[in-house]
Amino acid sequence: MSVFGIPIFPEQASSFAKDVDALYFFIVAVSAFFALLVAVLVVVFGVKFRRKHAGEVGARIEGNLPMELAWSVIPAVIAMVMFGWGASLFYHLRRPPAESMNIYAVGKQWMWKFQHLEGQREINELHVPTGRPIKVTVASEDVLHSLYFPAFRTKIDAIPGRYTQLWFEATKPGTYHMFCAEYCGTNHSGMIGSVTVMEPAAYQNWLAGAEGGTMAERGAALFSQLACNTCHLETGQGRGPSLKDIYLKPVELADGSTVTADEAYLRESILNSQAKIVKGFQPLMPTFQGLISEEGLVSLIEHIRSLSPNASAPGAPAAAGAAGAASPTGATNQTPGTVR
Amino acid sequence: MDAIRTIPATHYLNNGHGLASWLLTKDHKRIAIMYLVTISFFFFLGGLMAAGIRLELATPQGDFVAADTYNKMFTLHGVIMVFFFLIPSIPAVLGNFLIPPMIGARDLAFPRINLLSYYLYLVGGMFTLGAMLSGGVDTGWTFYTPYSAAASNTSVIPTALGVFIAGFSSILTGLNFIVTIHRMRAPGMTWFRLPLFVWAHYATSLIQVLGTPVIAITIVMLGVERAFGFGIFDPARGGDPVLFQHLFWFYSHPAVYIMILPALGVMSELIANFSKKKIFGYSFVAFSSLAIAVFGFIVWAHHMFVSGISVYAAMVFSFLSFSVAIPSAVKVFNWTATLYKGAISFETPMLYAYGFMGLFAIGGLTGLFLATLGTDIHMHDTYFVVAHFHYIMVGGAIMGYLGGLHFWWPKMTGRMYSEFLSRISAILVFVGFNLTFFPQFIVGYLGMPRRYHAYPDEFQVLNVLSSAGASVLGLGYLLPVIYFVYSLKRGEVAGPNPWGASGLEWEIPSPPPTENFAVIPRVTTEPYEFTPHVARERELV
Repeated sequence: MSVFGIPIFPEQASSFAKDVDALYFFIVAVSAFFALLVAVLVVVFGVKFRRKHAGEVGARIEGNLPMELAWSVIPAVIAMVMFGWGASLFYHLRRPPAESMNIYAVGKQWMWKFQHLEGQREINELHVPTGRPIKVTVASEDVLHSLYFPAFRTKIDAIPGRYTQLWFEATKPGTYHMFCAEYCGTNHSGMIGSVTVMEPAAYQNWLAGAEGGTMAERGAALFSQLACNTCHLETGQGRGPSLKDIYLKPVELADGSTVTADEAYLRESILNSQAKIVKGFQPLMPTFQGLISEEGLVSLIEHIRSLSPNASAPGAPAAAGAAGAASPTGATNQTPGTVR
Repeated sequence: MDAIRTIPATHYLNNGHGLASWLLTKDHKRIAIMYLVTISFFFFLGGLMAAGIRLELATPQGDFVAADTYNKMFTLHGVIMVFFFLIPSIPAVLGNFLIPPMIGARDLAFPRINLLSYYLYLVGGMFTLGAMLSGGVDTGWTFYTPYSAAASNTSVIPTALGVFIAGFSSILTGLNFIVTIHRMRAPGMTWFRLPLFVWAHYATSLIQVLGTPVIAITIVMLGVERAFGFGIFDPARGGDPVLFQHLFWFYSHPAVYIMILPALGVMSELIANFSKKKIFGYSFVAFSSLAIAVFGFIVWAHHMFVSGISVYAAMVFSFLSFSVAIPSAVKVFNWTATLYKGAISFETPMLYAYGFMGLFAIGGLTGLFLATLGTDIHMHDTYFVVAHFHYIMVGGAIMGYLGGLHFWWPKMTGRMYSEFLSRISAILVFVGFNLTFFPQFIVGYLGMPRRYHAYPDEFQVLNVLSSAGASVLGLGYLLPVIYFVYSLKRGEVAGPNPWGASGLEWEIPSPPPTENFAVIPRVTTEPYEFTPHVARERELV
């Protein structure tokens, strides 16, 4: 929306953009009411009670308890409405639906790199279809970044050492801004690009142009290249545990505790393999910290995920939806190929 | 009203001559003047950086300076304005000068520590200047890790060290004020007879004493991380980069209240004295300062809603953030009610007070958008946030500071400044400020991220408006330098109480003698009593 050619309001291109804007306009209305109320009163009082002669003093008024209570309680109630509305919307914004389609993003100085499960890779551009919830799992290779889509009204920081996530469902085909919103050094303002929203059919055509196999296939290649396959035999007879059918399953550890084999756990086990030792195995695995890129890492995880075709991610535990809580477990078992 | 308008034969300004009599002074009033000169220097340095930023943003391309230079400019703008201007501004200048006379004391409890505070501040400032000269720093005033710890190759450590040292100045000033307000009140000056300016400084001092050590520790951690690679914030070695943000905001959010609370105190004085009326709901205004100080400590993570904290943590911090909005609103409503049936006049300080009401209201209300989770996700780290905190820190804190400076200038110097020029300046500041920062709300909601050296073309018109406003604002800030300096020699003699104001500081000569009071007064009246006060002055005549 624009006035005299000056844009004053951003495009709404996601399913919840209008919800965010509705809440925004509610707060605008409340703010305008109170700002005008105070402005009118101070101006009216300023005119009406202007000092007429030098010795004049104001009336003796100490205060008024009912008024104090009224202007404490009424704003507090309105604030609670804002809080509740904002919190419930936030909860929705931070919980990707179970049927979400997965995309992986890696931020690095100064570019955004994306990988689609089908194998398409992009830099500073992202193509997505309309009408499907899309979950973007975000990692960072160096410093903090923040993946921001104004037209979708959402963003999430990319944090070194962990995965965060955001989701959206694009509603309107077109090309929109993609920004880095967290300062990241020299070329921060150059870490921008565009997100292209396409009709599903057009998106399928675009996907078909992929080269070099799916993400899981790339992960499988890396799996043998790094010689992971020499120990992690599918039979379970190797020096490392079998990785078949472990995704999102509980894993018993040497110290007696149990963890869920989600992205955060797999990531940690690859990078810092001594942190959590699976019961019945020796701490023999070398650490891969610094030896593997963030993109390689998500491909490996995608490969491991593809070894668990029956993993039931939908209806993930409540805490899993937490924004960037270390385990982006919600709804990730879209196996490669299903999309086609 | 027209008491004898003369400059006393001896006062704190002519009691001792030569550089040493200033540099080694233990007089709280002289120390306040030294702060005034030093923070003004830093203010104009920070303002120069702002001018560079607005020049660059007049066009979408990054064409005025290089990206690295731009990043260093906004970093120095933030570091200087926050740590070396806003935090010391009202407490160290006006608070230092006024708290002793307001409570009927001859000096602060620890005059030597007061001088030490000044020198710590000065040394801290020199470190930051040194960092600037040695190539600058580009982390943003927030020093977020891991960029500040590992990636940036600029003078991070000298800058941070400067902030670290200046922090001790802040702690000592706070400690000095707390002890002074507890122990040095004149007979009869009970807690509920204190001017609200003093209450606001008491609340501020609590934050300075309790909060500043946390930023000191955080800076030490950042220093050892950067210098020796401790790995506290490095995930590759088991650290957590987000931990830095928790520690940083645990101080830096309350620090916002270090900046704004004293301005709220100034406002209460201005509103009462220019409407010649008691503050409506004195105790509510007094306790709202303490409430802001306390709540201010438990809202820090609202800076981190998109930094990977859990949904439930975000909800708790959103809820708590609204709690700090209420005492702020209570103050505005009480000031408005104070005006009702007042006897209002509009000299320059009152123009600033009116401007403050408008800007602080907008600044506070726009904070609601950012405390609300559903909208903050979109607005976080955009120009909306930049506009919001400038409305609070510039619209609030600096308007309060300038209003206070215009109000007490005759007390500090014994002379009046040009009323005509000062009104022009107040209006320029108000208009220029709104023109600068209001468009930033709009461009922020459109999605323009902050700290961008170059930006998409469609944001240009709003940015040009903002840059145009900044030049008006700059003019509004430069004008007082001229008429204040001019007033020192040529200004009309003010006399002890040119405004017919209430408060002990107005009962002593202007400029005050070094010991403030020849005889410690005995207080028998409530604050903001105008009728008996005027009657007493008439008796004097």
